[in-house]
Amino acid sequence: MTDTQRIRFLSTSLIVGFFLAWEVLCILLNVSDLVLPRPSEILVTMWTRFPVLWPHILQTLYSTLVGFSLGVVIGVTLGVLVGTSKIAYAVAYPLLVGFSSIPKVAVVPIFVLWFGSGTTPAVLTAMVICVFPIVVNIATGLATTEPELEDVLKTLGASKTEILWNVGLPRAMPYFFASLKVAITLSFVGAVLSETVASNMGIGNVMMTASSNFQVSLVFAGLIILALMGVALYAVFSLLERRVTGWATRGNDIAVT
Amino acid sequence: MNMSSNIPARDAQPVQTASVHSRPALELQNASVVFGSGANAVTALTPTNLKMERGDFLALVGPSGCGKSTILKLVSNLLQPSEGLVLVGGKEARAKELRIGMAFQNPTMLPWLTIEQNVMMPLKIVSPFKETYRQDKTGAFRDRVHALLAQVGLKDFAQHYPWQLSGGMLQRSNLCRALVHEPDLLLLDEPFGALDQFTREELWQIMQDLYLDRKPTVLLVTHDLREAGYLANRICVMSARPGRIISDEPVNIPQPRDIGMIYSPAFVEMTQNLRELIAQVRST
Ligand SMILES: Nc1ncnc2c1ncn2[C@@H]1O[C@H](COP(=O)(O)OP(=O)(O)OP(=O)(O)O)[C@@H](O)[C@H]1O
Ligand SMILES: [Mg+2]
Repeated sequence: MTDTQRIRFLSTSLIVGFFLAWEVLCILLNVSDLVLPRPSEILVTMWTRFPVLWPHILQTLYSTLVGFSLGVVIGVTLGVLVGTSKIAYAVAYPLLVGFSSIPKVAVVPIFVLWFGSGTTPAVLTAMVICVFPIVVNIATGLATTEPELEDVLKTLGASKTEILWNVGLPRAMPYFFASLKVAITLSFVGAVLSETVASNMGIGNVMMTASSNFQVSLVFAGLIILALMGVALYAVFSLLERRVTGWATRGNDIAVT
Repeated sequence: MNMSSNIPARDAQPVQTASVHSRPALELQNASVVFGSGANAVTALTPTNLKMERGDFLALVGPSGCGKSTILKLVSNLLQPSEGLVLVGGKEARAKELRIGMAFQNPTMLPWLTIEQNVMMPLKIVSPFKETYRQDKTGAFRDRVHALLAQVGLKDFAQHYPWQLSGGMLQRSNLCRALVHEPDLLLLDEPFGALDQFTREELWQIMQDLYLDRKPTVLLVTHDLREAGYLANRICVMSARPGRIISDEPVNIPQPRDIGMIYSPAFVEMTQNLRELIAQVRST
């Protein structure tokens, strides 16, 4: 067995073991399913309620992805604007850091105030929450481009745009994709959060409603669905990252943070 | 000192080719470079005058840190002179009057591109190639890049990434990238530094063929006096930092030159003289 195989095997065992222990402990300690339902019960609920849950899953996915896409567009644009000029970078950096350290949850009530409850605040929250890591990463990637790499194009008489396209942006790609992994997770959190407080759709809302009706196993079913979705989204983007920016992890010319 | 006096000058070519273009390819007029200001100002280049006619092959030698790379950066407009003028093809360097090919001292291949893509980069940026880049990048341009790579012994490495190549191989790709767009003015900063003697001599011959074929203007920075003598038809020696040009002599040996020539007594004597000159300026 190779090292990676062993690691895979161990992590799978850990996950299976976790649920087994949960199941067994609940039976042994005779825990009420109003407090903590057993995994098998949760699984049954997920299965039987799936037709009802499915539209909510799609809704959450929709808010997340729409918000995320908007966030990426805005983030990349701002990042390029800030990162291409050394001065803009130095000037804007403190503001960006300030913004990115605000707990973005705090914007949900504002969006509800402006747009009412529903899909709009969920999308906007997902967007706002993921913009800053993208801006900061793109800007950093661009601003830290080795001048020697740009010199290659400068001696050929390349324009600023050509340098950006051929050196700056490819150089910033590893930073960009690293930030996408973070950003998609944040967007997802943002969307669910907004759903829990201000929507009648989405998994977040399902959990909220189920909790007020004491449908405990449905609450947990929602939790597990969220976990699975979160992992899937993260996996998609880290796969994409490895595909697109392999050069950065294989070479040693450029370190990626 | 006249280095040419000891060399049997058969039908010696005129060193400064009488050009149909009246304007010199390159001219430094009292160009100087000072980095920083005030107390921590560093003079990289004291006011320097240098003139190259089109078709000149000039080798620039001198002790480390004397400002050779700085001169190349002035010419390629990566640096602006603190004082004085830098004229390329009769216009200020930033006008990009001449098509420039530059091989940097440290090969700076873009790490996300393969060697083929790296070498092709000038064709993507420089007119008239960039206009047809889309159609030709998989056809004519690709063939041109592959032919160049084959010439320097990198035929099998076109699809490799820079980190998969050795230092010497990167330097050879670097040279290809400087040549691929058939520049009028070739700026080479120690392009053969990291190579073994045999590969180096091989590349000298390739370089000479390329030069005689198209007769670009070449400004070669090197520490290797034999390299300077073999390739150039003019050798300038710079003094130690802050540098200035203290000797400017023609090499009156007809081209093409045979590689065996570098072991001939006359050639050895010429390089000896150069060597002594540099030894002097280093110690002062
Ligand atoms: N960006 C810079 N800032 C400050 N000083 C510099 C800078 N670049 C070069 N210098 C100084 O200018 C001087 C000339 O540098 P240059 O690179 O032209 O030397 P060189 O002749 O090419 O040397 P070598 O043969 O070692 O490559 C050096 O003494 C160096 O300290
Ligand atoms: Mg140098």
